[in-house]
Amino acid sequence: MSSLPIVSAPVPAQRAPLTKKNLTADHPTWCPGCGDFAVLASFHRVLEKLQYPQEKIVCLAGIGCSSRFPYFVNTHGVHFLHGRTLPFAVGVSLGNDDLHVFAFGGDGDGYSIGGNHLVHTARKNVRLTYVIMDNYVYGLTKKQTSPTSSIGFKTKTDPTGAIDQPINPMRTLINSGATFIARSHASQVNHMVEMMERAARHDGFGVVEVLSECVEFNEGAFDAASPRKGGVFKTIELKKNDGTPEDAKRHDPTNELAAFDLALQPWPGVFGVFLDVKRPTKNQMEAELIAKAKERTKGATDLQVLQATFSRMR
Amino acid sequence: MVSQNSTSHPANITPRSINDVVIRLAGNSQDGIQTIGGFLARLAGRSDQDVMTFMTIPSTISGGPSIFQVRMGSGDILSAGDQADFLVAFYQHSYESHINSLRPGGVLIYDSGNVTPNPDDKRFTNIGVPITNATVEAVGGTGKDKGKNIYVLGLLARIFNLDISKLTALIKERFGGRSEDIVRNALMTFDAGYAWPTDNVRDCYYNFTATPHPSGRPQVTMDGNQALSFGLITAGVRYGAAYPITPATSVMEILRAELPKYGGIFVQCEDEIAAVSTALGFSYSGHLAVTNSSGPGLSLKMEGLGWGVMAEVPLIVINVQRGGPSTGLPTMVEQSDLLQAIFGSHGDSQRVVLAPKNVEDCYYFVQEAVRIARKYSTPVIVLTDQSLATRIEAFDEPDLEKIMGSPAIERAPRGADFKPYSLDQLTHHAPPGTWIDSGSYPIVSGLEHDEMGHPTGNPAMHQKMTIKRREKIKALGAELSPPQVYGDQEGEVLLVGWGSTWGPAHEALKQLRMDGVKIGQVHLRYLHPLEPGLDEIFRHYRQILVAELNDEGLYGYGQFATMLRARYCNDSIRGINKTDGLTFKVSDIVAGVNRYLGRK
Ligand SMILES: Cc1ncc(C[n+]2csc(CCOP(=O)(O)OP(=O)(O)O)c2C)c(N)n1
Ligand code: SF4
Ligand SMILES: [Mg+2]
Repeated sequence: MSSLPIVSAPVPAQRAPLTKKNLTADHPTWCPGCGDFAVLASFHRVLEKLQYPQEKIVCLAGIGCSSRFPYFVNTHGVHFLHGRTLPFAVGVSLGNDDLHVFAFGGDGDGYSIGGNHLVHTARKNVRLTYVIMDNYVYGLTKKQTSPTSSIGFKTKTDPTGAIDQPINPMRTLINSGATFIARSHASQVNHMVEMMERAARHDGFGVVEVLSECVEFNEGAFDAASPRKGGVFKTIELKKNDGTPEDAKRHDPTNELAAFDLALQPWPGVFGVFLDVKRPTKNQMEAELIAKAKERTKGATDLQVLQATFSRMR
Repeated sequence: MVSQNSTSHPANITPRSINDVVIRLAGNSQDGIQTIGGFLARLAGRSDQDVMTFMTIPSTISGGPSIFQVRMGSGDILSAGDQADFLVAFYQHSYESHINSLRPGGVLIYDSGNVTPNPDDKRFTNIGVPITNATVEAVGGTGKDKGKNIYVLGLLARIFNLDISKLTALIKERFGGRSEDIVRNALMTFDAGYAWPTDNVRDCYYNFTATPHPSGRPQVTMDGNQALSFGLITAGVRYGAAYPITPATSVMEILRAELPKYGGIFVQCEDEIAAVSTALGFSYSGHLAVTNSSGPGLSLKMEGLGWGVMAEVPLIVINVQRGGPSTGLPTMVEQSDLLQAIFGSHGDSQRVVLAPKNVEDCYYFVQEAVRIARKYSTPVIVLTDQSLATRIEAFDEPDLEKIMGSPAIERAPRGADFKPYSLDQLTHHAPPGTWIDSGSYPIVSGLEHDEMGHPTGNPAMHQKMTIKRREKIKALGAELSPPQVYGDQEGEVLLVGWGSTWGPAHEALKQLRMDGVKIGQVHLRYLHPLEPGLDEIFRHYRQILVAELNDEGLYGYGQFATMLRARYCNDSIRGINKTDGLTFKVSDIVAGVNRYLGRK
């Protein structure tokens, strides 16, 4: 809970459970077939599983097709600026430890204009969940090159094909210092639900990179990992620590170098939890600073603390 | 030790009585010049004297010249003083750079080990004191010349008959946290300065005329950035975010250190864009937050500011102006961010801009900013500047019990008829965590939206919402009273100012009236919206002269003068401007008015 007083009246003791029905808000404006529909459906299922109090859930997003997300979830929501969702989410999360903060956005939003914020929010390990719908293109602005667009991909800003080296999101995320990192695919609803739920339950900055196809401007981009399209969806098996010989080959999500190895696998790579480590959250460390400061002032009220400060300035 | 009891002047000397004195100390930054200034300022604060100081911070953090000017007196001190009565010069370069800021007849105290004054310059009383040698002697050679500042403090204490017991108490407070040796050395050095053979300054002893402070409340002494910080805490602000930039940084440093005591958090962000975003995140979630910066940082915050206007989320933005554009003059003063503050950002984005006039006003007016931000759910920019940020003044200790604001966040459930963007009511958001009876949760949006917060491309709705956002800021204007007119209520000239120019402008008013000019003065603190009634006031003067620290621009008028001309279509509005990075001297403004009057 926030350490500051909150004025609020009791909410009804008998509350209806969260269902797809009461979580549904505006009808999505996405193109038919857009990968983001499946991400939304999966997120509704995650909330149904988690059953947080509805008023304590916050959905935040930047600008882009994917960033329309908060309009389609019936919780408190914010449609913020292109690329700046994470620092906004930092304020919401640090100011209110009782809220469940979810941030959404696209590849341009997260890796280009917001790239620096990603690194700093991750290193600070602020408690929140971040879902990136990566379609390797700018959808909302109608097909410009994105930081994840493959070399040779023809866009309106690279009519003869993209020439700049794309970033590898998983490498970027591991490097950022994020404490929970997973990768999923919009054609795999159960897998998405599992990854998002784990990210939400993670105590710290949890991020899920989802390959979410833009059928309008980057059709078929992720077929190689979609069994229905003849591809292979290869998942990461996590260590069970059961001492069996098979277990030696499984992935240890606390091993950053092993996670890096997975990130470097050739296209379309693997899906699942790359990294899952514990590190104190900024939320917790700030709370400790407050507790220590309060210990020093021996429970003095705000008024008394300020009076004491002023008397030292006489 | 001489300290405790010997608070009187040498028996054979009659001190002169003075109302106020301007002392300029010039040395290098590692000499602790600012410490002397700080001690004097705080002493004066404790002695019911008004204090004002003027300080330069060198751009290089250590080494290089540094000055501190303190004006102490028993009357109402409005400005740092145009010229110094006393100059203490530590080095030859200090002497050479600052001797001309000493008024003829003033006193030069110089370190006889380092400075050779020009023997032909007979304008001043020159007193050589072996400051460095005497300091080394006093502490037995162990501390090298560290402590010269404390030695000089002792010297000044003797000259001005300052309260020794209060000064030694201040020294103990200041050094008390460190080893006993340090406190002992400091006191020994102080005593040595105090005991310096007095015959040498035979006719330079002074006493301040005692005028007990009228309010009877004790005085507190602080700089403008401290005043802003503690004003915010007083008003109940508990969260904020910023990125360091001179001369705004100390606000974030203070809040970072102080807020945890109050259960709050201040975040150092990766840049100013993140800072405004994090602050908006706090504010959206119910904790009205602050972000502080200076010119270039304010520019980076502009997109976020536009979101705050559109989404109607309250926010306090403090901009401590420096010389610009770009990195400009980072440690000097200018009032050139006014138009950025009023019109910066994109689209029609009305926000509130306020400007405190002195250090005390930084404390109180930032609380007014908080009131406005909450009432109108709007971003409010508070414009101060480098001179206010680094100037130390004393003012009555505030009556905290009366004014302490609440930090509580308001999450009372909203009824089924709750509309975040009602067209006929002020917006007051339901922060996350708030139960909504209708079961339909609100979206706070930077897209144009309808009353429920749903995005809309409907042109009629955009027009209605634009009007709503504009009218609420106009409603604030309607709530204000006309500004006070000082001096002549009608006449030849109305002197108009804003922000930190209050002191010199008001002194200039007094001086010009004594010279027989029929002149009035208004000093505006609400810059956007403007205080009402100005057109009526303007009618009573032939010329309206706006004194401000910015350039006259392409069309011949400073930034505020441009605003006033646009607003009132008044051809008699003209400007007194300068951009040398320094505050106005009283004489600058007097000369500016005289120029327009064709006098002298
Ligand atoms: C400051 C700013 N610059 C540019 C834009 C224009 N813009 C909106 S969305 C977008 C890119 C969207 O791409 P992405 O984040 O990948 O989201 P997608 O639409 O693909 O889901 C751009 C360039 C903007 N809204 N704001
Ligand atoms: S343009 Fe692409 S990303 Fe946007 S809604 Fe359509 S399919 Fe989805
Ligand atoms: Mg995209």
